Amino acid sequence: MELKRIDDETWEIPRQGGMRVPARLYASHKLLKAVQGDQTLLQARNVACLPGIRRMSYVMPDAHQGYGFPIGGVAAFDLDEGVISPGGVGYDIACGVRLLRTDFTAADITARRTELLAEIFKDVPAGVGKSGVTRLSPGALREILAKGAEGAVENGFGTAGDLDRTEEQGRMRDADPAGVSPRALERGIPQLGTLGAGNHFLEIQKIDRILDPVAARAFGLEGEGQVLVMIHCGSRGLGHQVASDYIQAMENELGTDGLPDRELVAAPFRSSLGQRYYRAMCAAVNYAFANRQMIAHAVREAFAKVLGGAAGMRLVYDVCHNVAKLESHEIDGSPVRLCVHRKGATRSFGPARREIPDAYRTVGQPVIIPGSMGTASYILAGTDTAEALSFSSTAHGAGRVMSRHEAIRRFRGERIRDDLAARGIELRATSWKGVAEEASEAYKDVDEVVRVSDAVGLGRLVARVVPIGVMKG
Amino acid sequence: MERYRILPHAADGKFRSFGRTLEEAFANAALAAASFMWDWRKIDPARSIAVEIAGRDLEQLLYRFLEEIIYVFETRRFVLAAVEGLTIEPAAEGPRLRAVLRGGEIGPETAFHGEVKAVTYNEMKIGEDCGGWTVQAVLDL
Repeated sequence: MELKRIDDETWEIPRQGGMRVPARLYASHKLLKAVQGDQTLLQARNVACLPGIRRMSYVMPDAHQGYGFPIGGVAAFDLDEGVISPGGVGYDIACGVRLLRTDFTAADITARRTELLAEIFKDVPAGVGKSGVTRLSPGALREILAKGAEGAVENGFGTAGDLDRTEEQGRMRDADPAGVSPRALERGIPQLGTLGAGNHFLEIQKIDRILDPVAARAFGLEGEGQVLVMIHCGSRGLGHQVASDYIQAMENELGTDGLPDRELVAAPFRSSLGQRYYRAMCAAVNYAFANRQMIAHAVREAFAKVLGGAAGMRLVYDVCHNVAKLESHEIDGSPVRLCVHRKGATRSFGPARREIPDAYRTVGQPVIIPGSMGTASYILAGTDTAEALSFSSTAHGAGRVMSRHEAIRRFRGERIRDDLAARGIELRATSWKGVAEEASEAYKDVDEVVRVSDAVGLGRLVARVVPIGVMKG
Repeated sequence: MERYRILPHAADGKFRSFGRTLEEAFANAALAAASFMWDWRKIDPARSIAVEIAGRDLEQLLYRFLEEIIYVFETRRFVLAAVEGLTIEPAAEGPRLRAVLRGGEIGPETAFHGEVKAVTYNEMKIGEDCGGWTVQAVLDL
């Protein structure tokens, strides 16, 4: 495929065939190699063919092959002429990351770390087939779908202050729970407040290096050694079912002819079906916000119980990296409302955006980029330059390079646990095989991903954090 | 005859299943999907769930059938051990599948090694070759 070099870290697929706009990839030579080994670029080109796409089909530095859209894909569509696509959001709707800061230092908790991790492991259900602590009535679930994290706070999980530091204040106001099928509700009821499995995790971390002291201070990140908690999970079975229901509804109503990949199926945004998906997706986002809110609450309670207090434990931010949102962006010199799809990409709003919390208006929103198990994660700040580069988006993680099957063949979970322990990281997991699948060798180098983000201007490096306690589903 | 083969995929779960008939290849696809979560050979098939699924075409039928395995697992705590009496019949509005899922309930001894989030259409193929059927699909893990 023709790939034009714009500069060392910017590559473009020029418009050709059915493409309505060019596709653009942000990657170093090293990351480019991984992307060229699979279908990522072909998928980015397919996205560029969809009706109403504006400016470009973007690909983030951590991209890899997805279904329909690539993982690490960003595409924005005109509301009148464009489409909305469940495949452009992904199955795990509103999968995302929540970061909590604490007043503790790593030294404060070292002696109680095992106990703390055990308490969290007890209070936050994780792993395959695990149910939540509280079983909801269908009515209570519908309220969560309408109100998101706000609904969770009303029911005693956390405080109103948490909502100010969650994207959309933890509530997508366009949500319509009526568009969520009975099957999706059934899957959602037992799983609220659960972490799940696979690449989802909960980590106790410490700040390793502050790279931008001003932004770090605004985020409540004060110095090296400070303890943080990172939670990575999404909308569980409910979100997966919403995605599946609407992919099938769109196939049945609009057909599959001419689609190079069936998950590219998309409905006009203004159509009845497009609106139904959009509103049901918003309800699934609310489920994910509430899910992370409840888990964060359980973590705070565990800290209070084991360490005698959780003062200063407040949210830094909660970001979604699988979502479609209505945002205003500049097209040909004027602001236009667009439906921005981010699939495996994180919003990266700079100081100019009104949507971000007041406390962050001088530095940009916190962008949370988790690494792979046992490796560093990064906190970045959103930039105003990202608007023109990627509709204000950047990477979402490290991105896999090795199959789970191969990882299981090569690594042993117990061995990984011992290796991490030797490096001062305690690991608790429900499945050693699951741990082997998530071996850090199976992922791209997150350091390289964030370096490119920073160099290109998609997000500015603020802090590097490393795990001290890891909980895997 | 080999029931299925797990294929390399960087992020998700790709497999190819085989059968002398389309029905057998579909039944083996369900076992392949289950194999990403638990060892179906070790499950006592004490329970049965009858399923009836319609699709607009064979691809959607496969997608829905595999999704049913996840659905009964998440909502009825049912772990698949075998698929019996699977039939696929053509109908005016698209093919229709009937089968009996045999399996057990999640217990303290059930060992899980992964979670299938969703079925995808990515690289899905259903075809007949040299006297048999092959089904290929990628699961979102």
